[in-house]
Amino acid sequence: MRIARLLAVCWWFQLKQMTKAGLFVFTSIIEPLIFATLAYYLFKAGHRPGTLLYAALSAGLMGIWTSTLFGSGGAINFQRWQGVLEPLVASPPPYALILFPQTLAAASIGLYSLASTLLWGRVIFGIPLHFAHPVAFAISIVVTIVSLGVLGLVMGASFILYREANALSNMLEFPVWIVTGVIVPLSLLPGWIHPLSWILAPTWGYRAIHNAALGGNPWPGIGIALGLAAVYFFIGQAVVGAFERRARERATLSLV
Amino acid sequence: MAAIEAEKLVRTYKQTSGFLRRRTRTIEAVRGIDFEVSEGELFGLLGPNGAGKTTTIKMLVTLLIPSAGTARVLGHDVVRDAQSVRKQIGYVFGGDRGAYERLSGLDNLRYFSELYGVPPKVQKRRIPELLELVGLTGRERERVEGYSRGMRQRLHIARGLLHDPPVIVLDEPTIGLDPVGARELRHTIAELARAGKTVLLTTHYMYEADALCDRIAVIAKGEIVATGTPADLKNAVADRTVIEIEAYGAPEHAIQRLRDAPGVTSVAVEDREHAQLLLVQAPQGSVLTQQLLGHLDGVRVGRVTAREPTLEDAYVSLVTEN
Repeated sequence: MRIARLLAVCWWFQLKQMTKAGLFVFTSIIEPLIFATLAYYLFKAGHRPGTLLYAALSAGLMGIWTSTLFGSGGAINFQRWQGVLEPLVASPPPYALILFPQTLAAASIGLYSLASTLLWGRVIFGIPLHFAHPVAFAISIVVTIVSLGVLGLVMGASFILYREANALSNMLEFPVWIVTGVIVPLSLLPGWIHPLSWILAPTWGYRAIHNAALGGNPWPGIGIALGLAAVYFFIGQAVVGAFERRARERATLSLV
Repeated sequence: MAAIEAEKLVRTYKQTSGFLRRRTRTIEAVRGIDFEVSEGELFGLLGPNGAGKTTTIKMLVTLLIPSAGTARVLGHDVVRDAQSVRKQIGYVFGGDRGAYERLSGLDNLRYFSELYGVPPKVQKRRIPELLELVGLTGRERERVEGYSRGMRQRLHIARGLLHDPPVIVLDEPTIGLDPVGARELRHTIAELARAGKTVLLTTHYMYEADALCDRIAVIAKGEIVATGTPADLKNAVADRTVIEIEAYGAPEHAIQRLRDAPGVTSVAVEDREHAQLLLVQAPQGSVLTQQLLGHLDGVRVGRVTAREPTLEDAYVSLVTEN
């Protein structure tokens, strides 16, 4: 109960904190709109109007990943610059329980991306927003956000130890879009990439969202995404714990 | 049981340089220090910049793992039992960083209350009390980015006290504060000690340590060079005299000649607006002012006075002679 409250309150606090960064929210809206517009014209040129909702959804999901990626690692460096990383680490909860609400909040900010691309598609391009399974659609979005949040936790660990881990964020944005199937369907990718896709929880979350919106069975995707998220959380908290100890040995928590 | 115990505590840092041929240099920031702070005591760790005060504090609050030696807080080992130590300590550091700038002071306090497991009902009572204690009542809903340095410092104090910890560690809390703000903060620290808290304070302001601390440890170059009450430290230089020489543009070699002069135990230099104040310590009656002025040949000299040593002189003597 205490841990659930800690996670919930810290998530809300971090969400509030991040939404006050106007530029972060602005970029998480604008970039997906550009992708959505490009995708709309590409699909239209291909005379496949039935996939327009797929394009709008995918652009939004790309935005959620970008927001998670930069929000998770960026938040740790932001804490370091503001001098709050040390007081956070010096507080009693294991740092993973402090970091997870933060990465979850970063993923949640990505909802702006999804909402804006869907609205953009509806208002500008007249894409009908008819979801095959509205309840499953909402659940699959929540599960995808959680799975991305725990993926952010695993990645965020590197920022505790390395002050220059931003390079890792920059490197991971595009490959994960490809591997999780938001840009092109997985069936079009080479076979050797598939196992990599399968172990990424967002792949299943995205699949569940697409199935819930466009028709298909979303529940296997939801279940697998949740299962993988649980595994990630287990790995993430162990890695964060080990890296936090290493950072205390190497004195990399503060700027100086 | 002592509230804080440090035994042969060592902390080294590794610095690497070079690109193709990487060179690693080991810097010893803390070199085997021992000290104990009793429950309810206000203990000062006093030393110049770079002496190892903050490194020592960071080991005690579990932010750094000691390279060797042990430290315990209320019997809990700072490495093996870090979680228990964190619950018992309130950590306050100086400077204007250390809070979520875009959020209000109240939001910051609520967030850290959750981290320290303060129940919601207790938070409702405790946060207004602390805001009152540190003089931030009425300003708590403003964003921290608009706070002055003094207000931020007071917010740090409030944050450190949220969980009502028995041990409070204050790392240079008055650094950069204006004189009025620093005096108010010292008053707050004295109140905490009166309330029975164990307080470990680091500072490089001698008068602050003198006014507040029950006992002081002087740290220089990573080693503790003296421990005792302020009166003990003053007594250590009671048999000396301090000659203050106002000089204008004294070069380093002239000051070095003074240091090397027979009978001189230490020379400290304070830079004033247009002059330097040379504080020469020597055993009483051993050095004549005229002899000292002879070493400053060619340097324009103003007022010269002799006086009894103060606690600050004791500190200067300990730091420079070690």
